[in-house]
Amino acid sequence: MNSELLGIILIYVTTVLLAIPLGKYIGKVYEGKPTWLDVILSPVDKFFFKASGIKPEKEMNWKQHLLALLTINFVWFLFSMFVLMNMSWLPLNPDKNPSMSADLAFNTTVSFISNTNLQHYSGESGVSYLGQLILMLFQFISAGVGMAACAAVFNAMKERTTEKLGNFYNYFVKSCTRILLPLSIVIALLLLFNGTPMTFKGKDQFVSLQGDTVNVSRGPAAAMVAIKQIGTNGGGFFGANSSHPLENPNYFTNIVENVSIILIPIALVFAMGYMLKRKKLAWMVFAVMTVGFLSFVIPSVFYEMKGSDNISRLGISQNRGSMEGKEIRFGAAASAYWGITTTVTSNGSVNAMHDSFTPLTGMFALLGMMVNSFYGGVGVGFLNFYVYIIIAVFISGLMVGRTPEFLGKKIEAKEMKIATIIALLHTLLILSFTALSSHLYAHDPKTYAAWLNNPGNHGFSEMLYEYTSSSANNGSGFEGLGDGVPFWNITCGIVMILARYLPIIGPVAIAGILAKKKYVPESAGTLKTDTSTFGIMIFAVIMIVAALSFFPALALGPIAEFFTNK
Amino acid sequence: MAKKSSNKLFEPALMKEALKQSFVKLNPAILVHNPVMFTVEIGTVIMMAVCIWIITGEKSQGGLAYNLIVFIILLLTLLFANFAEAIAEARGKAQADSLRKTREDTPAKKIFAVGDIFVNEVKVVPSSQLKKGDLFICEAGDIIPMDGEIIEGLATIDESAITGESAPVIREAGGDKSSVTGGTKVLSDKIKVRVTTEPGESFLDKMIALVEGASRQKTPNEIALTILLAGFTIIFIIVCVTLKPFGDYANTPITIAAFISLFVCLIPTTIGGLLSAIGIAGMDRALRANVITKSGKAVETAGDLDTLLLDKTGTITIGNRKATNFWPANNIDKQNFVEACALASLADETPEGKSIVELAAVNPNTFNTNGARFIEFTAETRTSGIDMPNGLKIRKGAFDAIRNVVLKSGNTFPAETEQKVKEISSNGGTPLVVSQNQNVIGVIELQDIIKPGIQERFERLRKMGVKTVMVTGDNPLTAKYIAEKAGVDDFIAEAKPEDKMNYIKKEQQGGKLVAMMGDGTNDAPALAQADVGVAMNSGTQAAKEAGNMVDLDNDPTKLIEIVEIGKQLLMTRGTLTTFSIANDVAKYFAIVPALFIASIPGLQALNIMKLHSPESAILSAVIFNAIVIPLLIPLALRGVAYKPIGASALLRRNLLIYGFGGVIVPFIGIKLIDVLVSVWF
Repeated sequence: MNSELLGIILIYVTTVLLAIPLGKYIGKVYEGKPTWLDVILSPVDKFFFKASGIKPEKEMNWKQHLLALLTINFVWFLFSMFVLMNMSWLPLNPDKNPSMSADLAFNTTVSFISNTNLQHYSGESGVSYLGQLILMLFQFISAGVGMAACAAVFNAMKERTTEKLGNFYNYFVKSCTRILLPLSIVIALLLLFNGTPMTFKGKDQFVSLQGDTVNVSRGPAAAMVAIKQIGTNGGGFFGANSSHPLENPNYFTNIVENVSIILIPIALVFAMGYMLKRKKLAWMVFAVMTVGFLSFVIPSVFYEMKGSDNISRLGISQNRGSMEGKEIRFGAAASAYWGITTTVTSNGSVNAMHDSFTPLTGMFALLGMMVNSFYGGVGVGFLNFYVYIIIAVFISGLMVGRTPEFLGKKIEAKEMKIATIIALLHTLLILSFTALSSHLYAHDPKTYAAWLNNPGNHGFSEMLYEYTSSSANNGSGFEGLGDGVPFWNITCGIVMILARYLPIIGPVAIAGILAKKKYVPESAGTLKTDTSTFGIMIFAVIMIVAALSFFPALALGPIAEFFTNK
Repeated sequence: MAKKSSNKLFEPALMKEALKQSFVKLNPAILVHNPVMFTVEIGTVIMMAVCIWIITGEKSQGGLAYNLIVFIILLLTLLFANFAEAIAEARGKAQADSLRKTREDTPAKKIFAVGDIFVNEVKVVPSSQLKKGDLFICEAGDIIPMDGEIIEGLATIDESAITGESAPVIREAGGDKSSVTGGTKVLSDKIKVRVTTEPGESFLDKMIALVEGASRQKTPNEIALTILLAGFTIIFIIVCVTLKPFGDYANTPITIAAFISLFVCLIPTTIGGLLSAIGIAGMDRALRANVITKSGKAVETAGDLDTLLLDKTGTITIGNRKATNFWPANNIDKQNFVEACALASLADETPEGKSIVELAAVNPNTFNTNGARFIEFTAETRTSGIDMPNGLKIRKGAFDAIRNVVLKSGNTFPAETEQKVKEISSNGGTPLVVSQNQNVIGVIELQDIIKPGIQERFERLRKMGVKTVMVTGDNPLTAKYIAEKAGVDDFIAEAKPEDKMNYIKKEQQGGKLVAMMGDGTNDAPALAQADVGVAMNSGTQAAKEAGNMVDLDNDPTKLIEIVEIGKQLLMTRGTLTTFSIANDVAKYFAIVPALFIASIPGLQALNIMKLHSPESAILSAVIFNAIVIPLLIPLALRGVAYKPIGASALLRRNLLIYGFGGVIVPFIGIKLIDVLVSVWF
């Protein structure tokens, strides 16, 4: 078999094999059960709790969880705005990079606290080392927030009637110290030994064979790359992200970084199975996510390895596949595989230029973000999936003649209202903002000419991609778009905020309301939710609700491009 | 009368009314309650405006004929949806009317406490003038003018007008059988009745109002589904509205007709149009089963029941015990024993006594009973029998009663008979010992007869996930035996009314939904406590007030039917929702290529149905969307068949038929319509 294909199969199998035990470990952490890392990390946790006056054993209801979550996010928002707009005179700025403008700082701040890491700046010249460190802190914090919300939902799904769903700060701190930090250290070390820099010194210099003096940006990159991968953040240290030779030096680091992208999202599914003692349910969820993921990955890898039809017609051999915008050291298959893993999860780091993917691969990357729950971002991916479960449970409950119930809780009008709003929010944000930008461009192409490298179908895909990426809190881009201007900074910022917090609030609220309801034990008439039949139901709901509503838009973008080039 | 009503779905008489209502319901003020169809109405109005615009000379929107056809199809879509609701209402109304006819203005013999001439004067007034608390009398031949409670007297009453059952029933003051229903006829005797409901507020009136929609409130489940459907509608509004700037960007002008067609095809019009018809049809089915429900919610709840409390007598067993075996004592000839038993029971009018004669298979006329004295059962002797002129004294009775008689006269009680008595008891039967001249000659075995077919019904319930509980006054041993034999899951023996109540509460605390059936006043608290309480129509007023359904047939097995009606109702909604949404896949493939082919020829590849032209594709899609509604009306009214095969298997089955089928059918349907339409477009 083709060694490129073997490479990506190796990456996937490794990920799943690591995710299963990690899931059990995460489950133990959230349950407060002893783990082998307690010896080292318990004092760390205790320090944080003591320093901030948190009582981790004080349980909260769902409203208190959300209040805590939103409050700390707001504080971080203000803090980050201050640092990014004043970097030039603050310490740790050896390269004398300037402060950000207000709209760029807003976009960047929102982008990082929302776990999106859409970067309308370039890391080498756009931020100081202090800025990079702050952004790195947010990569921990935003991932931890998503995981903490997810842990609260897991807690709410248990078989009992309660309002107490654990302590938000406890889940949050432990997500960072017990899960993200140890994994990041391991990954950072692996990267460090393979050549990724980790230093606070300014640019390095060398004289090339031609005699030119070349300035090479460096900095505390290894640490940042590790957390950007493991926390589904995606905000690279350098502008070129993981296609940059210092961020992702070789095929081995590519494996490490790519495994890191989907490791926690998969592990969280198994963590749920462990916490609820419903292994079968976890496997069903995993299976649905995997089928969805594979249905995007397989055609993408196929089309990238096949190469571009236009180039073939010129008579140029493409025996390595479509290599435009790709790194020779990774190849077409690993680049396509990364492209899909980074978009189905809300990671958004790239090791190849998505703008250069063949049209259908671009479409599958878009679909990955439109669905946003085939694995999905850390914590939030499952929350999105949870909303689809609720809708699927409701419809299938009706189909078997029983008021719908999920894990022993009846689903009624209030939960359906929330689930429906969350399910349509994503469509609303992506389509309406893409419509806004299309409208502006279509009626005044001259003024907005700088936006699009490529007018036509591909230009449309670029705009669609930018908002899809913002709404999915992904952060990758079709970089042909001239997005560093106030219009894109502000609109994308708005989309990111709404698309981050509402889809956390919704599922937490549903889970909290359901947890309070009377627990109905299963009977022979109860619809089992851990069966393959129900899995098919969820898959159908996701495909019809999430994917079909984008069909006309996709038809005008990548699909039109594909058929026109054919 | 109710039973005789036709099962035909579209009776000509009903059709006319339904057609009229289809137009009346176009009123936006009415339609606004159904968000899906209301948006279709807005689309229809816009299309009408577009047609007028074209007539005044606009050129950019395509031909007049094409736009006019789109307008007409949208109007038809609305009319079809309205018709579905109207026909369901008309059927319910017809059903209710046939019941209501029984209570047309009948003369009532009202008692005036202080009359014109003397106290307690009886005057004939129209029944419509009777108010709650009024008293009236009914004599043989009178139609009872209003629902009420007998406060004096006893009468045989023909209730066939309500129940369809021709055998007259006895109703008397006091006790659990004191309630009479308006429209039924007194056959004998005279009763004094107090009116228990205000005019227009009887259960039947409430039911009629529910069906007619005057007081029909959406059930919680219907509300949740409406929210979901509204959500889908909003998503597709977004999809269609944003398509305008997308089209502008791609330099593809999209006509208003295309926008509105795409929108109407995508929103779940099929389920939106049939939703209220399904709900009404559910109540109508309950009414056809002769059950009056006080709310639509009760029917839905019935589909969710976890536990059914059923009285043993009448539900699980045939009313009374029956003789099943003769066991003669040693040295007694079986034939002689059987004849003695028959002789002793000849005058016994109790069902047990009759069953003994029946089992003995002797012709009563062959006995010479001239001069014989029949001894009736008394509470004192607890035996009954016959004294023959030749001095033969035969007695039958409970084991200890006969034993006393036998031992007193100095005889012994045979050990083998005593053994038999114990055996019968432990098998759930009742032994009846027979003595002849103070000597034990044998024992008759009486058994509860379990209704034929009841085991299968319980098995069916078990497969639905419903637990059955038998309630009986028998001792635990007998109860256990019958419970096992009938196949119920649990039983309450030596039950007192409060035991039922406690059992219901215990189940409810475990999150279960419980139903029970009852008729007595002492059942009222438990009926009220149960999630579904079905009161017998013959029961007391208190019981009927407490329950949320009234069974006109007084048939205790009705609960099983009610559960199935509830499940059918939910399933019909669920499957049609799935079908409606699954249809969207094909509709996208019909319309999206049609929108863009002109400017992006490559998208012809998406036209996998190979539809003839953009116009024919769009028309085919909207025509399919419209005609699928009337095609599904019969399914909506009859309900999707419920099969107790387990929830997962049922989901698989319905997903295959309505989900997968819902994806495939429109591909075929749209293609076929396109073949026709392509002749003109």
